[in-house]
Amino acid sequence: MAYSDKVIDHYTNPRNVGTLNKDAKNVGTGLVGAPECGDVMRLQIEVDDNNVITDAKFKTFGCGSAIASSSLATEWLKGKSIDEALAIDNMDLVEELALPPVKIHCSVLAEDAIKSAINDYRVKNGLEALEMPKSHH
Amino acid sequence: MELPIYLDNNATTPLDPRVLEAMMPYFTNKFGNAASRNHAFGWVAEEGVDYAREQVSKLIGCSEKEIIFTSGATEADNLAIKGVFEMYADKGNHIITATTEHKAVLDTCKHLEKLGAKVTYLNVKEDGLIDLQELEAAMTPETILVAIMYGNNEIGVIQPIKEISAIAHKHGALFMTDATQAVGKIPVDVNTDGIDLMAFSAHKMYGPKGVGALYVRRKGPRVKVTAQMDGGGHERGMRSGTLNVPGIVGLGKACELCRLEMEDEAKRLSALRDKLENALTELEESYVNGNREHRLPHVANISFKYVEGEGLMMAMKDMAVSSGSACTSASLEPSYVLKSLGLSDDLAHSSIRFGLGRFTTEEEVDYAIENTKKAVNHLRDLSPLWEMFKEGIDLSKIEWAEH
Repeated sequence: MAYSDKVIDHYTNPRNVGTLNKDAKNVGTGLVGAPECGDVMRLQIEVDDNNVITDAKFKTFGCGSAIASSSLATEWLKGKSIDEALAIDNMDLVEELALPPVKIHCSVLAEDAIKSAINDYRVKNGLEALEMPKSHH
Repeated sequence: MELPIYLDNNATTPLDPRVLEAMMPYFTNKFGNAASRNHAFGWVAEEGVDYAREQVSKLIGCSEKEIIFTSGATEADNLAIKGVFEMYADKGNHIITATTEHKAVLDTCKHLEKLGAKVTYLNVKEDGLIDLQELEAAMTPETILVAIMYGNNEIGVIQPIKEISAIAHKHGALFMTDATQAVGKIPVDVNTDGIDLMAFSAHKMYGPKGVGALYVRRKGPRVKVTAQMDGGGHERGMRSGTLNVPGIVGLGKACELCRLEMEDEAKRLSALRDKLENALTELEESYVNGNREHRLPHVANISFKYVEGEGLMMAMKDMAVSSGSACTSASLEPSYVLKSLGLSDDLAHSSIRFGLGRFTTEEEVDYAIENTKKAVNHLRDLSPLWEMFKEGIDLSKIEWAEH
């Protein structure tokens, strides 16, 4: 199976690799997946007082599509409001990266990571956790 | 050095040009049907087949009459196991095999279970070898066949074949082995090894795809298998179908070359493999899978902890290797062979198989070392698990959100 140019680009030059201070109040961290399943994503967002995501970082253990999905997700998150970020759908990632059907779960995981990071931020700031979407698989 | 480099010789090997040369005439002017007994075209083809049969039998120390040509090792495995099950039905219905066998053996056994066979799947030890005492304990008066592979395709470990066949025979069972990865790579002698049936294939030893053979013992004991394909009664009635003459000629030539060059080749390849393995295990948290003493000379299976195999392969640019991980929605399951060794799923997901071959050069191995190291480091920089490991976090204590 050949990878799309966009997957290769994100895989070779991943954007926003790194770690934010997970204990900071304005940082939300999402850690999703499991080593046994062959993919783990950690996605972090830094949010300002206006509920705008000012920074996003990721680290991913997984295949090329998983790495590309999380890299692209961090790119999209920066500058978005929390509400806009919540609207990111895994199928947008699939489309942008031209993921084949067998790799759709990588995009699902990235969406889960976004929502999980937002929830972590909400809970830290005294807001109720949103209900997580059911994993598509 | 030409890129990409090929280090997946356990999947298939390139055709040796000398094999191609031997095959060529049988595609063109020597096109006859080897079963045409009444004209020169048939005789010429038959001669080619007979010569190949001799070349094959010399490699494994048997008589020409004991070779049944097939379309490959999968067909040979099927014919051996199903054929014995049918032929010896009045003697018993119990088959013993191991969990690390190739799917051609495992799925054939599964199929036979539906038809009334009782199958014991022996577990392997941490090093990939079966436990002989467990084998002995599994033998029953109904055991008709013990089917254990010679060399494993993923980790390269070589089973104690002589001891296994002795146990099988002691209990009156036949011994069959899938020797696809071993024949042509290490000395295999059906008599010293006590083998009754043996499957192997041309394309793993620099021959063409689409041809293989089943060795069926004729003396002490005389083994018979029920044909699985009905037709013209070729191959002593055990495998009907017009013979693939060019393929068979290629298999013969490939066997001859292996017989003549195996010893030097094995030495050269095991030195290169050791170089590769030693360099790569210098990386932190990298482990060689399988027994390192009893194994094929050209395979290295290494787990690089905290990076995922498929992702890693993508970073190993211009290199063809294979991974124990399959990250597809259909199968998130990592290699069943590695899991049989007791490897945790995450280590199994982190494994890469390097398969060296006749045309692998030292320059290519050096390139592979550098490239792999770079790739592992790149992926670890991206890996949250590596970061946690470095921070001293016990990953087994984390409650992962399984998906």
